[in-house]
Amino acid sequence: MTAWCEAVLAAFLLTDIMLAASSRLLHCIRIVAAQGLLLGILPLVIRSWSEVHPDQIWISLVNIGIKGVALPLLLILAMKQANVRRELEPFVGYSLSVVAVLGLTGISFWVGAQLPPPVEAGVRLAMPVAFSTMLTGLFMVMARRKAITQAIGFLIFENGITLFGTGLMIEYGLVVELGILLDVFVLVFVMGIALFQINQEFEHIDADKLNRLGDWSAPDEEDAEALPTPAEEGR
Amino acid sequence: MANPTVIWLSSFLLSLILAPLLPGIVNKVKAFFAGRRGPNLFQLYFDLAKLLRKEGVFSATAGGFLQVAPPVSLGCLLLAALLLPHGLVRSPLGFGGDAVLFFYLLGMARFITVLGALDTGSSFEGMGASREMQFSALAEGAIFGVIGFIAVFTGRAGFTMLPADGGGEWWSVHAVSLLLAAAAFFVVLMAENCRVPFDDPETHLELTMIHEAMILDYGGPDLALILYGASLKLWMYAMVLMMLVLPWSICGTWLGMGCTLGGVLLTAVVVGAVESSMARYRFLKVPRMLVGALAVALLGIFFRLVFEGGIQ
Repeated sequence: MTAWCEAVLAAFLLTDIMLAASSRLLHCIRIVAAQGLLLGILPLVIRSWSEVHPDQIWISLVNIGIKGVALPLLLILAMKQANVRRELEPFVGYSLSVVAVLGLTGISFWVGAQLPPPVEAGVRLAMPVAFSTMLTGLFMVMARRKAITQAIGFLIFENGITLFGTGLMIEYGLVVELGILLDVFVLVFVMGIALFQINQEFEHIDADKLNRLGDWSAPDEEDAEALPTPAEEGR
Repeated sequence: MANPTVIWLSSFLLSLILAPLLPGIVNKVKAFFAGRRGPNLFQLYFDLAKLLRKEGVFSATAGGFLQVAPPVSLGCLLLAALLLPHGLVRSPLGFGGDAVLFFYLLGMARFITVLGALDTGSSFEGMGASREMQFSALAEGAIFGVIGFIAVFTGRAGFTMLPADGGGEWWSVHAVSLLLAAAAFFVVLMAENCRVPFDDPETHLELTMIHEAMILDYGGPDLALILYGASLKLWMYAMVLMMLVLPWSICGTWLGMGCTLGGVLLTAVVVGAVESSMARYRFLKVPRMLVGALAVALLGIFFRLVFEGGIQ
């Protein structure tokens, strides 16, 4: 069953790269859904079929339901409410993002090769793939401007953590994962509301503008004085 | 088991004869998807026969290079075809780094075509030449990703992917990395042969042409040489793709040759299907795709190196 497992992990890496290259939000959300699906399948193929516990199937179904269906639907809802379709002018361009994700993957593979294999080795491949997925998620949070893309980045990060747990076949990992999942669920929920509110207030969801909030203008920002700060406007 | 040289030679000759069939297959598949009957499968043969009977007319503003370019370019392509393993048998002329020479001979053929296009002095042809060079420079990265994969796999940058243990086991162990490299190479195949997501071979609007814009000034036998060269190039790329996909355990047999030929024809069907299901990319999006292909090839190398027995 290792061949299937490897195929799933390779597909995971490919989704990471596709995510870095795609500008359309709907496309990004579909990729997140695909990752959720892959995450649900992985525990079933990581051992041979006869060793799979019957409960595992239910867990996988719940996982797919939440990560592959529910969260993406919520994101799509948030996207429609905020009325954004694509990420324009990201901090890091798309080709460069692909190169960056590739570099992060290389680093993760290097780290994965350095680390000692776990005692009850699951799949050696899972560790670097998990690392690179986490790093990709964090990279998305840093490199993109829109709040909704940043929420997607967090989701990818969380997928990486889950992948780590699944790949190492941690015994009670499920309980921890459910906790994390709850966090992310709340995060997306809050993000959805926050996005809606930000959008209502400012007619855009450009999170970079939040850096200038406050009634003092940062001393190193020369152009801040040219633009009226909210405090000056209120005066 | 038959004599490998006989297999190589017969496969080589078959390639030269069958190459113009590929565009016919692609067009037939596209016509099928569009609900048309489509041109005859052997249309390119008829076109070539017709063009060869005509005589070339050359623009008065052009220098002499315009007339030299098509035969020289086709010569480079034929030379490259000599290096290729045909029917999964190593070419008699093959050597340790033949993959590099192979791709640079193809690059040479393109360079000659570009010079010919610039020689006409037409602004459209200059535009086409500029685009062709820009995209091929980017595609080269992906090509070298794949060559790097071959080198990691076999220890030599050549078309000598004969496995040491040779057999089904080899294929099942390295399936993922091989598939990644093959996927990357398929993107290169589409880009280098001017297929739809990158260029539209059927287009008749000069502003959007890439390759077609460069050959506007040719007619008669020269156009025949160019059309034949394009189909041969597509054939050779499909052959390289087959080397990545087919198991080498069947090499050196007539079965291997049959599988390669069948695979090449099947590749044409896949190309046609992809072409009919996709719209052409904006020029801005092309570099992103090619960088993505490089990324996928490098992923194949990572997989091969770290987890299938290199660095452990």
